[in-house]
Amino acid sequence: MQSSALDISIFFEFAGIHITNTVATTWGIMLFLGLCAWVANWALQTPSDSRAKQISQTAANPTPTTRPPQTTLQTVIEAIVTTIQSAISSVAPQHVKELTPFIGTLWLFILCANLVGLIPGLHSPTRDFSATAALAILVFLSVHWFGVRILGWKAYLKHYLSPSPLLLPFNLISEVSRTIALSVRLFGNMMSLEMTALLILMVAGFLAPVPILMLHIIEALVQAYIFGILALVYIAGGIQSHQLKQDKDMKPEQPESVQQTQPNNASQQAKSTHKITQSSSE
Amino acid sequence: MVDIATFVTTSTVAAIIGISLGVALPAIAMGMAISRALDALARQPEAESAIMRTLFIGLAMIESLAIYVLVIVLIVLFRNPLMEYLVQ
Repeated sequence: MQSSALDISIFFEFAGIHITNTVATTWGIMLFLGLCAWVANWALQTPSDSRAKQISQTAANPTPTTRPPQTTLQTVIEAIVTTIQSAISSVAPQHVKELTPFIGTLWLFILCANLVGLIPGLHSPTRDFSATAALAILVFLSVHWFGVRILGWKAYLKHYLSPSPLLLPFNLISEVSRTIALSVRLFGNMMSLEMTALLILMVAGFLAPVPILMLHIIEALVQAYIFGILALVYIAGGIQSHQLKQDKDMKPEQPESVQQTQPNNASQQAKSTHKITQSSSE
Repeated sequence: MVDIATFVTTSTVAAIIGISLGVALPAIAMGMAISRALDALARQPEAESAIMRTLFIGLAMIESLAIYVLVIVLIVLFRNPLMEYLVQ
């Protein structure tokens, strides 16, 4: 039980490098997502394309023609992309275009990685701490990348001194601790789910862990959402703290400021939740 | 010198006490957060997306505390680093 839940088995060895199960599964997911993206891109039709085709077809024969193929696939893909974009625009309305590739990839990858654990014989890569730590380090680096790219060095570094220079050490600590928390959260959740299923299998027997596996599906969705939205909130906190100050100086009584406030640590988040309840009670 | 039976018993009891406290207290916190969010939702249904997003983030923060406890307890149970001083 313990060995299969906690230990990471080595898949194969290549030129002295141990390729673990996690890495192999990750490659499989990358291949799957890449193939999906390739097929979707191949089947993609822009509105102008299909309209032009329809116009030319109606010009050739006046009876209405059938729809072009792959419409279902395109609708599904468009629904996914639109959902991701609307979720991002609710947090960072001005930077949807820059943030969509990174956050959307995180969401789709973590969702697939969490759900892969349900396939017999495979383990989710996110149950390995190295995989989640790598994802969290990516988020940590991209916070600075997007912040510097959008705000510039000076304005970005100034946001560490934002409420007052006294808080600089706390800002730096929260940078590190939230990255660790991000990785440990995903790892702990997925690992504990797999261990629970295994324990129930040992204690109760065949088919008994099915309810836990249903919980696994919900938990996989929720954890993927939470990882992505937290990455988004961290990145938006790096980008927007400067702009938010400008907005507040211009319009002090802006009701949208609750939505746009992107707290960057736990205590501020508690404060903003409090703010929402306060504003609702007024 | 503590013998290994005492060590194992103590660490098991400590792990059980730790996990029960570490699950119960975040559960209280999560219940408070959810009840406040439902209050806010009942008063201002139009702010649903903002409330739900903040609630989810807050729940994730609280939940990570329980996960920390779980990870520590698992380390104590399965990979206790103090074990190697006993088994020499």
